[in-house]
Amino acid sequence: MAHQPCAIVGIGQTQHKSRRWDVSLGGLVREAAQRALDDAEMTWKDIDAVVVGKAPDLFEGVMKPELYLSDALGATGKPMFRVHTAGSVGGTTGIVAAHHVEVGRHKRVLAVGYQKQSEGNAQFALGSGKGASIGAGGAFAPYMRSYIDRSGAPMDIGPMVALKDRLNAHKNPYAHLKIQDISLEKVKASPMMWDPVRFLESCPSSDGACAVIFTDKEGGEAAAKAGRKPAWILGSAVRSEPSSFPGRDPVRPVGAADCANDVYKQAGIKNPRTDIDCAELYVPFSWYEPMWLEAHLIAGEGEGWKMVESGETALGGAFPVNMSGGVLSSNPIGASGLLRFAEAAMQVRGTAGEHQVENAKVALAQAYGASAQYFAMWAVSNSLDPFGS
Amino acid sequence: MADPHQNDIAIIGWSISPMVRNIAYTEARMLLDVVTGAVNDAGITRDDVEFTCAGSCDYVAGQAFSFVQNIDAVGAWPPKRDSHVEMDGAWALYEAWLRLQMGDIDVAVAMGSGRSSTSDPELLYSMEMDPYYLAPLGADAVSFAALQARSLIDAGKVTERQMAEIAVRTRKAGKDSPYSQVTGDFDADELLKADYVRSPLRKHDLPPITDGACAVVIATAAKARELCENPIWITGFAHYTESHYVGMRDLRTSNSTTLAAKAAGIEDGAPIEVAEIQSAFTHEEPLLVEALGLGSGVSINPSGGPLAANPVMATGLVRISEAASQIRDKGKHRTLGHSTSGPCLQQNLVCVLEGNS
Repeated sequence: MAHQPCAIVGIGQTQHKSRRWDVSLGGLVREAAQRALDDAEMTWKDIDAVVVGKAPDLFEGVMKPELYLSDALGATGKPMFRVHTAGSVGGTTGIVAAHHVEVGRHKRVLAVGYQKQSEGNAQFALGSGKGASIGAGGAFAPYMRSYIDRSGAPMDIGPMVALKDRLNAHKNPYAHLKIQDISLEKVKASPMMWDPVRFLESCPSSDGACAVIFTDKEGGEAAAKAGRKPAWILGSAVRSEPSSFPGRDPVRPVGAADCANDVYKQAGIKNPRTDIDCAELYVPFSWYEPMWLEAHLIAGEGEGWKMVESGETALGGAFPVNMSGGVLSSNPIGASGLLRFAEAAMQVRGTAGEHQVENAKVALAQAYGASAQYFAMWAVSNSLDPFGS
Repeated sequence: MADPHQNDIAIIGWSISPMVRNIAYTEARMLLDVVTGAVNDAGITRDDVEFTCAGSCDYVAGQAFSFVQNIDAVGAWPPKRDSHVEMDGAWALYEAWLRLQMGDIDVAVAMGSGRSSTSDPELLYSMEMDPYYLAPLGADAVSFAALQARSLIDAGKVTERQMAEIAVRTRKAGKDSPYSQVTGDFDADELLKADYVRSPLRKHDLPPITDGACAVVIATAAKARELCENPIWITGFAHYTESHYVGMRDLRTSNSTTLAAKAAGIEDGAPIEVAEIQSAFTHEEPLLVEALGLGSGVSINPSGGPLAANPVMATGLVRISEAASQIRDKGKHRTLGHSTSGPCLQQNLVCVLEGNS
């Protein structure tokens, strides 16, 4: 058994905001899904199966919401599948949806990731309502401090990442945070939240959804012929490891490196830094950009922050990261991973508008979850054979 | 001659936990035991497992990210290819089944687990309804099931006595199963004297509250042949959903079950001899049997089924394991496992199994 190629032919996302009180949960996911259908020039009838991903149900107070959302997502009379792998869920959702096509199970599959964080209190839900939660920032701060100690990175690197992503967000019509007059000084003057992370180095809490339509080789080629460029999946992988045990390294998790190596091997990527044109990495707190560049073997150990410092990861740099503004600018958690995956696909399709990387042929997307222990990645390209093998 | 199952995935081992009203340890510990049991049953070790997929529910566990602790049961070190569905373990098996068809890896474990003892089903299940129009009514799974039972009775498809007889039969069948919780010899006349819980449902029409877990090992055809003398082949696997709104559906039937049965190829091949179905309420049994298109000769839930033990989030995977057991341990050739989710059987899954012919 060998799997078939899979193409991304439709992408849609909502306007991400603190509170989308103009739409219900169903309205939110439908907004993204309808835009993906329009992009693919398909109707609801064309979809064979739906895969929904989101982070904890306690965030909105709806248990197994894919049951309620079956109607809004046109899934009645079709298979409806629900994934939950913590913060990496959006990535896993895309990968599981693609598997349906890659093994020949279905011809056209709709993947939807969403979170409507204004419906509940994420901090309360993270603690399962049982008391104080240190929250994601508190949980990840020690890992970031450890990275700074080990790499010797100057303290300006975090604020530099934040500034870059916040500037990129101004070029993304769907981004949640578009902070006017953003500057390095403004980031550094913002309140310290979880040392070393300041308020403006942290992700927002967003309402939003993302939808992606997958199809087979025939469908991808037909879209290309009709002038709608597909993105082809070159490789995808997931890895999980336990949250804590002696010897685990959350700064350079083995799961992250294994996941990256798996994708690079499938995709034929020999030197990630030169073979990949741009990347959307899951960076909810500024310091995660240099950490993930190293953990996913794009930069050498202790070298990630230098890519930030030299401007290499800026839009227009040699290795642009988070051209969309990233998780720092929009964070509907269950959608955040799929947004990374979708943005990578938009880059190689050439549909990223103002935040398009010129001539992007191969793009990487990554998402992670829980205590930096769930990883999902894929590499996409405008060609099934970008390296001319 | 070519192997007729060369493109099929096979079940090669499984393990079911004891089914109890309230287990004294964690969900991760329950899973630890069944994963150990399943890999031992398959004659492999955790190191041989290349993909794991778990099915569980944060709301049942009463905790956000509850599945994260459960990964300790897998032994994901070195890190594993792994996934999780907020669905019954039967759907975790479906994802693992798709994953193995990718062709790059050969062995996977699917799991399902739930500790319903820690919650109040009445409070809990109203929260899986439409949050705007249905959840505020506080209508729970039992109330919706009662509506469906009433419509079946009104349509002449079942009687309260037949429902009681189903409870008597399954509780008796459960006596022989090490994985049942509510068992024994009961009398339908006596059961019918009880008050309604929700008219027309009495306590015997409802499943027990159960803590339990299940794990299943699957492998690609060549690997299954190598590891196992008698692999149990998954020859059909499908699931469908329908409208969430019970008012939009004909409650006297289950269209998504019929779609899944057709897609899983129930009618194509040798007759189904045993069906393990997730009929958690007595009246659902005749409804599902009809929707699945099963004849009168098919043995239904010889394990006792969900009326004897209902470990929510594992109940469906237990059905598939019990259906596999019928082939390996009871000499049957073709069986099926069924799972369901949502109000009045909104979403249904069918897994058809075959032994070597």
